[in-house]
Amino acid sequence: MSRTRMPVVAGWFTGEGEDFRLLGTRCSECRAVFFPREDAHCRNPDCESDDLEEVPLSRRGRVWSYTDSRYRPPSPYVTDPELPWEPYALIAVELESEQIVVLGQAVPGITVADLTVGMEVEVVPGVLNEDAETTWTIWRWRPTGVTG
Amino acid sequence: MAAHGGDGMTAEVAVLGAGMHPWGKWGRGFVEYGVKAARAALADAGVAWRDVDSIVGADTVRGGYPGYVAGATFAKALGWQGARVTSVYAACASGAQAIDTARAQILAGRADVVLVVGADAAPKGFFRPAGGDRPDDPDWLRFRALGATNPAYFGLYARRRMAVHGDTPEDFAQVKVKNAAMGALNPYARYRTRVTAEEVAASPVVADPLRLLDICATSDGGAALVLSSMRFARRHGVTDPVRIRAVSTVTPRYPHTVLDLPDIATDSAGGAEPGAEPFRASIARTAYEEAGLGPEDLSLAEVYDLSTALELQWYEDLGLCGDGEAVKLLREGATAPGGRIPVNPSGGLASFGEAVPAQAIAQVCEVTWQLRGQAGDRQIADARVAVTANQGLFGHGSAVVAVR
Repeated sequence: MSRTRMPVVAGWFTGEGEDFRLLGTRCSECRAVFFPREDAHCRNPDCESDDLEEVPLSRRGRVWSYTDSRYRPPSPYVTDPELPWEPYALIAVELESEQIVVLGQAVPGITVADLTVGMEVEVVPGVLNEDAETTWTIWRWRPTGVTG
Repeated sequence: MAAHGGDGMTAEVAVLGAGMHPWGKWGRGFVEYGVKAARAALADAGVAWRDVDSIVGADTVRGGYPGYVAGATFAKALGWQGARVTSVYAACASGAQAIDTARAQILAGRADVVLVVGADAAPKGFFRPAGGDRPDDPDWLRFRALGATNPAYFGLYARRRMAVHGDTPEDFAQVKVKNAAMGALNPYARYRTRVTAEEVAASPVVADPLRLLDICATSDGGAALVLSSMRFARRHGVTDPVRIRAVSTVTPRYPHTVLDLPDIATDSAGGAEPGAEPFRASIARTAYEEAGLGPEDLSLAEVYDLSTALELQWYEDLGLCGDGEAVKLLREGATAPGGRIPVNPSGGLASFGEAVPAQAIAQVCEVTWQLRGQAGDRQIADARVAVTANQGLFGHGSAVVAVR
């Protein structure tokens, strides 16, 4: 049975493989970049613009900090209670050109032991969870030079 | 009046009474905890509930929908008597906003005596957002998309401190050791046993690098204050009350470049130059400016130690030491009883666990007892000036300066 692929949040990322990008917005007046995207109005207190355009964010950044989730998170995070809990790493990544820190899960198989602050990582597509009809997609961070 | 000047000075209000229901997991409703705390505060003040002009409730969100209308709920439980009523919600900062609301009413001349109450019955396990499918809510989204619990954010901050300042998990454990020793002396604390560094190190990792004993629990509890005008206090025969001299409830400033609960990303520093002062430091500075004093004047501080590493962060944000010097201050014993600036003589969240709408009020209860010299075995000698500090989800600053 085939499932439909759906982003867990609409409009936050796009593309496949090497072309995968997080999507933010940029204010046409003050040039501020926002992620999660602001579409209605600029949040710079000195800017009254409501003209924002979609921009892809840098693919690569450096680890600002990291942690992991040794216990099963509560809903609305979706897990299978029948399966033993497998911790995953969470990485906060600083994108240099945007000067923004974006949180995300590490790709499966990467643990906190594999990470250091300042390490270069890149954004890749991933699967958050699947239900009967839908494969919910998400962004993930992967240390550069790691494949798979 | 204050010894220091300053344009931001505000007139003072008196703390006539402080009361708490002990923290724990009691399995009863929050109203019961709040009423017990309120009656204790009224008895401490020597004020009858009938004579209270106004009641301000700090809301809990776990009554089934956001903002369980706490002010009226407590007023009904105490017995309707026609008081002005207000309910406020600002997550962990709800208590400070309730205190600030009461203060504003008193200073505006709309009430002489105000009862402030916060209480909660916390669920077991991780805090989680209310149910439903709400992709517009950042708090819902961080759980749905990332499974990012509150301890995950605490873990990120702790790891960042290790990388930038060289803090170690052993340093973090010493915060727990210090706070547990004080909590053991506090009859209102939930955890009343001392903890060793070895016990912290042997507890399971929750969010690397933090372990179970580095992270505060969620608790049931209630706290209340009776605030009044200085004129009423004198008429009431209290000539030298503890006074609230400042309440800071500021927001961050754009661009806010430190990842904060419940956000998935920071503001970009590319669109506007970030200020030199991070959010938490601005909460403290605003309080100091309004009070006309500074960190050097403090006798003690009560800070929001959601984790051991966050307590260290507050040392720097309160100006108790320079950036990156918190561990040095801790190791010197400066923040322990008998030190230069004891922090969390109540035992802190480490000993209480968080009862969200009660917690900022409980901080002020503790400093009230300390400033009166009524803190029993945990009394800080000659306490004259105290600050409380805290931060509510989504960008609610919270700090109170009290003096005697």
